[in-house]
Amino acid sequence: MMSVEQLLFYINSAVVIFGATMVITVKNPVQAALYLVLTFFACAGIWMLLEAEFLAIALVLVYVGAVMVLFLFVVMMLDINVARMREGFIKFLPVGITVALAMASMMIVIVGPEYFGLEKVIEPARHAADYNNTRELGLVLYSVYVYPFEIASVILLVAIVAAIALTLRRRPQTKYQSPEKQVAVKREDRVRMVSMPSEQKK
Amino acid sequence: MIALSDYLILAAILFSLSVAGIFLNKKNVIVLLMAIELMLLSVNLNFIAFSHYLGDSAGQIFVFFILTVAAAEAAIGLAILVVLFRNKRTINVKELDSLKG
Repeated sequence: MMSVEQLLFYINSAVVIFGATMVITVKNPVQAALYLVLTFFACAGIWMLLEAEFLAIALVLVYVGAVMVLFLFVVMMLDINVARMREGFIKFLPVGITVALAMASMMIVIVGPEYFGLEKVIEPARHAADYNNTRELGLVLYSVYVYPFEIASVILLVAIVAAIALTLRRRPQTKYQSPEKQVAVKREDRVRMVSMPSEQKK
Repeated sequence: MIALSDYLILAAILFSLSVAGIFLNKKNVIVLLMAIELMLLSVNLNFIAFSHYLGDSAGQIFVFFILTVAAAEAAIGLAILVVLFRNKRTINVKELDSLKG
């Protein structure tokens, strides 16, 4: 008889593998991005089973909420000729399947039940209901790993600057105001006093 | 009871699928980026599985940093892609040979 955990694990694993297969085989990149979202959701479920609640939520919020939306934006902005993109698909299908099968079988031999089965690595007891994964992570993140944490924030800053600097473009024909010139303007630049004879009403 | 090897096998299958994806979608840079995201996901799954079964939260910290770097990588990669498309009107890998490498 399967326990609830096992049932959840197998359902989520099936969804992960199905989603990943669809990501690499569907024609349309928009559909591929949506299947990638499905894969991330199922993987977040598996992380929940592993009691990594904070990271599961972060995966959904950061990946599905930000990165995948960025992917969808870019896919929809670019005008891609899907047919031309698929040219090598059939040609490389045998190679791809062979390499994937070889890699998967070798890795499964290594990480399989012989070395990492239940009798080798005992499943740890579940934490109590008041266990707080976020607090646990925060305790080490802001003490032991505070220096890498700072570096990670700098990496994000560099990414922001790089992404904006790469995609920024100046168009010469567009008109825009330059505030520094507006501020620095003098009265003499704008107003010219002209002396002229006064006019009379007729 | 779920064994550690079950999680590791799932991660191995996911990784192999994404390697196959890189072979199959050689032309399309966007799907290549998605395959790389899948690879990172499988590595993260490995880290979290070991972290849970060995009772050490260092693995989860690693995943946290991998997520950060992956987000930065995706942002810069897509920015490069947009600039590439703006200049060349294509993202076909085969036509991106101006460096003659």
